[in-house]
Amino acid sequence: MTTEVITDIAQAEQGTSLWQDAWVRLKKNRLAVCGLIVLLIMVMTALLTPWIAPYAFDAQNLDLGATPPSAAHWLGTDIFGRDMLTQILYGGRISLAVGFIATTVALLIGVTWGAIAGYVGGRVDAVMMRLVDILYALPFMIFIVLLMVVFGRNMLLLFLAIGAVEWLTMARIMRGQVQSLRQQEFVEAAISLGLPTSTIIRRHLVPNALGPIIVYTTLTIPGVMLLEAFLSFLGLGVQPPQTSWGLLISYGADTMEEYPWLLIYPGLTLTVTLFSLNFLGDGLRDALDVRGSRD
Amino acid sequence: MALLEVRDLGVSFVTRNGVNKAVDGISFDVQSGKITAIIGESGSGKSVACYSMLGLIPSPPGRIDSGSALFDGEDLLQMSESQLRRIRGRDVAMIFQDPMTCLNPYLCIGDQLAEPLILHCGAGKAEARRRAIEILDEVGIRDPGTTIDSYPHEFSGGMRQRVMIAMALINEPRLLIADEPTTALDVTIQAQILKLIADLQKKRDIGVIFISHDLAVVADIADEIAVMQNGRIVEHGDREAIFRGAEHPYTQTLLAAIPSGSKTLSEAVGDDLIRVRNLRTWFRTPSGDTMKAVDDVSFDIRRGEVLGLVGESGSGKSTIGRSLLRLVPISAGSVSFDGTDITVLEGKALKSMRRRMQMIFQDPFASLNPRMTVFDTLAEPLLLHKLEDRRSVSDAVLRLMDDVGLARSAVRKYPHEFSGGQRQRIAIGRALATRPEFVVADEPVSALDVTIQAQILDLMVELGREYGLTMLFVSHDLAVVRHIADRIIVLFQGRVIEEGSGEQLFNAPRENYTRELLGAIPGSSLL
Repeated sequence: MTTEVITDIAQAEQGTSLWQDAWVRLKKNRLAVCGLIVLLIMVMTALLTPWIAPYAFDAQNLDLGATPPSAAHWLGTDIFGRDMLTQILYGGRISLAVGFIATTVALLIGVTWGAIAGYVGGRVDAVMMRLVDILYALPFMIFIVLLMVVFGRNMLLLFLAIGAVEWLTMARIMRGQVQSLRQQEFVEAAISLGLPTSTIIRRHLVPNALGPIIVYTTLTIPGVMLLEAFLSFLGLGVQPPQTSWGLLISYGADTMEEYPWLLIYPGLTLTVTLFSLNFLGDGLRDALDVRGSRD
Repeated sequence: MALLEVRDLGVSFVTRNGVNKAVDGISFDVQSGKITAIIGESGSGKSVACYSMLGLIPSPPGRIDSGSALFDGEDLLQMSESQLRRIRGRDVAMIFQDPMTCLNPYLCIGDQLAEPLILHCGAGKAEARRRAIEILDEVGIRDPGTTIDSYPHEFSGGMRQRVMIAMALINEPRLLIADEPTTALDVTIQAQILKLIADLQKKRDIGVIFISHDLAVVADIADEIAVMQNGRIVEHGDREAIFRGAEHPYTQTLLAAIPSGSKTLSEAVGDDLIRVRNLRTWFRTPSGDTMKAVDDVSFDIRRGEVLGLVGESGSGKSTIGRSLLRLVPISAGSVSFDGTDITVLEGKALKSMRRRMQMIFQDPFASLNPRMTVFDTLAEPLLLHKLEDRRSVSDAVLRLMDDVGLARSAVRKYPHEFSGGQRQRIAIGRALATRPEFVVADEPVSALDVTIQAQILDLMVELGREYGLTMLFVSHDLAVVRHIADRIIVLFQGRVIEEGSGEQLFNAPRENYTRELLGAIPGSSLL
């Protein structure tokens, strides 16, 4: 017993024990761990794509045309004779990047905005949330088209722009959570300890509001991936010969009767990613809920 | 024959960690026209025993292991769900602790009262309404003809409990189960509700099971008392026998836990630490009216003194406590702490003042951040005010845990893993971490079982002496305040109406309201 106590304190001394405990709990959730591993593999392959892809991303073979999977082209080729596996690998770079960058942007702005509005309340809250309402009302396409026109077509800017539209719902969820949490006495206790507002929000409010935020985040990532495909389809996103999963799927859908593999493989890749994200998201939510079983 | 004969009832909960015997072979009778009280602390199985008879425990994990419960000669435990449903609400009715959660906020109470009549007795609408008005009148709701169309939020807590009782009685049940019906209420309201239950029970000649954690509550009304501990009835007898000649040590502990007697006054009482002058806190309600929560209140607290602040809900007592700590804005007046007017402090000065004054809250389930371990909760104030550095903080936290009587091994646990009393110890530890000079305790024991209440009060007295604390102790319960305070202020509707030592107030109250408060202390006749 005594030895156990000492290790406990040693761990506790490092601070952020909520996250350490969450990690311990997450590791026990098999589905979540699988999801995490799949996502890590995807990120690794995306990073290493230029070295491991079997063909160059722009290599065409017009004589070959669309062929079903074969020994030379494991996942077949598209109508220009481009290798599907290579396309999916390169597409993953764009899709994962847009998914994670845009969602991170949305998360940062949304959580901060919502937490401040919910915590401060009153007039500040009214102004901040009316701004959100106005942005909701603006058709976001116009916003992105404007950005593209003003700054030129730039991949990073596109990611940021998508993130800048997606934070609105996040802010609303966060505000609602914080509004109910700030009524609780532990927030009052934190005030009477003399904690600065930023610390109260960071240490006492955000961790308690994470559950719904994490779930919404795992819904946002696939959302922005599809949004990117839509923008690309309109000619505002990535352009051939570059590609993304979303684009591959929308091209695949056009020709699915003749060449089903052009839809099946990118679709399967996206599905696996989304499943992994959902498992990981659910696992994270449960892991962060300290009231869950601690066996 | 008794109305209800419970024999050898055993209930257990099957969880992953094993089988937990919640009720372990208890037997008792409930007679028509008598009140049987079941007393025990949370987790003693008193509620589970009653709920399981009516098929109201979730199963699984709940499981009835053994026994019989003969209601009018029929075994409730052998009945099918549809038979039980007919019994519940018609022959057996229940009232619960929190009337708000038991009333539908979107239906006016008339509809809610009429529903069981129409459902169980096939009464017509007009007939049901007439009966509803009658019964509202019977439970002491004024002007029932108009209030019948009001919604639950328009009633005060005590009135809502009356409505709940009306609802329970409307089908003329023969057995009423009251589960801590007064725990959420102020003492004065509690006294009224207790009287109401006793009167109605006599008038209608029904059997009542009264479940409570507090022996004092049932002292005036119970005919028989069964004391439960760890799923067993440890002592059983009529009221006189329990109060005059309790034999089991646990019953004696319960009796000893009833706050009585006044405190030995603090000796080292010095100059004024807190000076409150003409404090006013007025709110504007959404309807545009002005609510004078605190209206022209002045008092001083001397260094080392414990000042009790007593009043019912809405008397402004919590608002005053929070005003002193700058947790709510004030409308007018001044609050000075050690010569400094704290109402104008800002920034650094405010922060260093906050170190010197702390608060202990009522609800230990809400006042601790559920995602922070005990260690984090206790270390936060120490690190914030730079009283300890990262290396020395863990020793300081452990010392603090010793002080408030928590096991050191619990340092990495989260609040939900503790009982209410232990949580309140954590909250006290957090308040004392900064070594404050002044502490506001806002009803710190009213959410706790009596036995735990006594322990926490003792702890506060002891720590108060050890830390040399000046304290403002806010409570609706005069008996509790008298136990801990040197001097008591009685508040009524935002104003101070009486002030004096515990002895003075108890022996020679000047105001009617104070007398009313004194009369409301449960069990005062027997103790």
